[in-house]
Amino acid sequence: MKLKTNNLREAGLIVIIAALCLVMSFASEFFLTWENMRAMLLSFAIEGIVVVGMTVLLIVGGIDLAVGSVVCLSMVIVGALFLHGFDPWTASVIAVVASAGIGLCMGLCVTKIGLSHFIASLAFMVIARGLSLAITQGTPQSLFSLPAEFKLIGQGTIYGLPVVIIIFGLIVVVSDYILRNSVLFRKVFYTGSNERAAMYAGIDVNSVKLWVTVLCGTMSGIAGVVYTARFGAATPTFGVGMELNVIAAAVIGGASLKGGSGTIYGAVLGLALLSVVTSSLILLDVSVYFQDVIKGGILLVAVSLDHWINSRKQSN
Amino acid sequence: MLLELRGVKKSFGATNALIGVDFSLEAGQIHAVCGENGAGKSTLMKVIDGILQPDVGQIFIEGKQVQIKDPGHAARLGISLVHQEISLCGSASVAENIFMYEINQSKRLLMDYQELQVRAKKIINTLDKEIDTSINVENLTLSNQQLVEIAKALALDCKILILDEPTTSLTEVESKSLFKVLRSLAKGGIGVVYISHRMAEIFDNCSHITVLRDGASVFNGLVKDTTPDEIISKMVGRELGKYYPEKSKKIGTRPLFEVVNVSDASRVNSVSFQILPGEILGIAGLVGAGRSEIAKAICGLTPKTSGAVKINGEAVDASSYPAALAEGIAYLSEDRKLEGVFLDLSIQSNISSMALSTVQTTVMTVDADKEKVQAEELGKRLKLKASSVTANTSSLSGGNQQKVAIAKLLATRPKIIFMDEPTRGVDVGAKAEIHQVLRQLCHEGVGIAVISSELPEIIGLCDRTIVIRNGTVAGQLSAHETTEESILRMASGMAKE
Repeated sequence: MKLKTNNLREAGLIVIIAALCLVMSFASEFFLTWENMRAMLLSFAIEGIVVVGMTVLLIVGGIDLAVGSVVCLSMVIVGALFLHGFDPWTASVIAVVASAGIGLCMGLCVTKIGLSHFIASLAFMVIARGLSLAITQGTPQSLFSLPAEFKLIGQGTIYGLPVVIIIFGLIVVVSDYILRNSVLFRKVFYTGSNERAAMYAGIDVNSVKLWVTVLCGTMSGIAGVVYTARFGAATPTFGVGMELNVIAAAVIGGASLKGGSGTIYGAVLGLALLSVVTSSLILLDVSVYFQDVIKGGILLVAVSLDHWINSRKQSN
Repeated sequence: MLLELRGVKKSFGATNALIGVDFSLEAGQIHAVCGENGAGKSTLMKVIDGILQPDVGQIFIEGKQVQIKDPGHAARLGISLVHQEISLCGSASVAENIFMYEINQSKRLLMDYQELQVRAKKIINTLDKEIDTSINVENLTLSNQQLVEIAKALALDCKILILDEPTTSLTEVESKSLFKVLRSLAKGGIGVVYISHRMAEIFDNCSHITVLRDGASVFNGLVKDTTPDEIISKMVGRELGKYYPEKSKKIGTRPLFEVVNVSDASRVNSVSFQILPGEILGIAGLVGAGRSEIAKAICGLTPKTSGAVKINGEAVDASSYPAALAEGIAYLSEDRKLEGVFLDLSIQSNISSMALSTVQTTVMTVDADKEKVQAEELGKRLKLKASSVTANTSSLSGGNQQKVAIAKLLATRPKIIFMDEPTRGVDVGAKAEIHQVLRQLCHEGVGIAVISSELPEIIGLCDRTIVIRNGTVAGQLSAHETTEESILRMASGMAKE
């Protein structure tokens, strides 16, 4: 009852994605094969981890433009430490902690200095990118010698199911459950919905904003580790523009930049929609340059539609 | 003594909101606090709730001196405040809003929505009301939101319950149920502080009364030992007649301005009225009745779905605000900080902002000298107190900022002005000056409509008043018919006997 509008939106997204897949199956017989489906899932599963962190941050009323850079920094840290003799697991833990640290710095800029999330994360987007370039001297690191057990995270399968998809699925299911049901995460909604009301209820809104920002950085760090395992390489230019894709996905899925609303499933479906569109466009041989135009258009239509429905609801 | 305040003072920059308040509350009292808008009631309550810290003064709870750090601390001390402005989380459920404080304190890991909803329902039921506690608050009507706000305070196990004008958007029946609950709470040993300026309510339900004026407590006693007239004179501190400018002696018959059946897509429903030459028209109504929405629709700030607007009998285009302004229809927003002035700009650029053509050079740049002259002229007319018109608007007190907002409108040389809460949050001196200017503009032939929640302002200033209810005109009152009671009766839908 309470999640009515969200359920409606999620159902709508599923219908659109299904319809798109159906249409595409006529255009290309390759489209509806398990191979292609798996490839599509793989292509957005890791980004999906970032989307989870971003959605929670959007709900509290924040935004993180640095996710792409932090994902990249995390990859580069794993790579550099590994090449300096660390075992990849320790390197991964350090990379995730460092990413969380960037989130912490960003969160402190917001809560202690009083900067907006937009400005603070813009600064850290550039800083994290610069660190990646500095660590690697601007050249991609090849990590072919990563041990097989580590590569399993990104390349292996269990019962035919890629490990990446399993990790992604677990994160989504767990985070959706705790976002809706845990006392801690409900405070994220309250803070984003009406900061003053939350404050009057005794909620420490600054600490909520802080840990949510750290969480978003942590998710980017985890995604970076999984990418490293998947590619067996760390490129200091990876993830440029990822933040826009991730924010677009969350917004299509019902998150509001004003805070207070958003769901994990919605955001993941938003990402799935963007991904299906991309792979359709590739199969249809549409020029790479035009793909962004179309994706931007989808974002515009989705958000306008949402705005239109909401303003109609309010006037009734 | 449950709660005692001694010599509490609080100022915001140049504005002295509280200049020395003494207040005491015993268990079992329903203690009314009244005073005009701007007298410091809400500031005082925010001090008690720990939202604001007093500059000077002491607070005692059950005899112990305390320093209330924040609302969470206040709640632990047993203080619960129902805010005047509804502050709920729109995208959270009714139940969650009611128990938000408890959820925050809880050691549980997971939410138990079922249990919260059942308990929330029980609290709502004590107010003789049925609200689905599982839906999001943003889907409730304003009056139900207000009830949720009250239920939220009742959910706390409090010793001191403060209600800041809680009945502004409640119906008569809902208010009665509220008082029933308050009386039983008081019987149970809770001290209730009730802020209101509705005399009838206070005299029917409260046991004690404290009057605030200009930030100081000026009266304190038993309700049964005083009369509404005495309280009002204490609130105002001067005779009403001298406080407001003299009313118009000559009112024309041919309407200066006419509104015919104006509706919009949401709140405004077939509104018609006229402004006659030489009169100040009052627009009264309860909070949420749609007064501002009506003015905004007339001025083209929100789209009209039907209806016409006429000046001197001729229909004019007011489909958008620029079009309405070009015809001489101007609107002064009730929200000065958000919609009224550009706080970071100088006084003179604020004043010229709506009428840039009047200070333009031949090559379309702004002529700073002309701008300055215009600002000084209008500033003088409005008795603006500022070091210079080049100073930042943010450096001014609330009253002077409001004068800048009014000057900004006057620079457009309007024929008709809608003033939405023209003296909200303005100190008493500036208020009287603004009233004088309005009266003078009216003499000069400008049509003036004043929207005000402050009934004494409507009664003292306006020559005729229309009362708004449910987005339409419920009726009109001539100057001698306008009283707090007649307005409230009409506004709350009780037939005029």
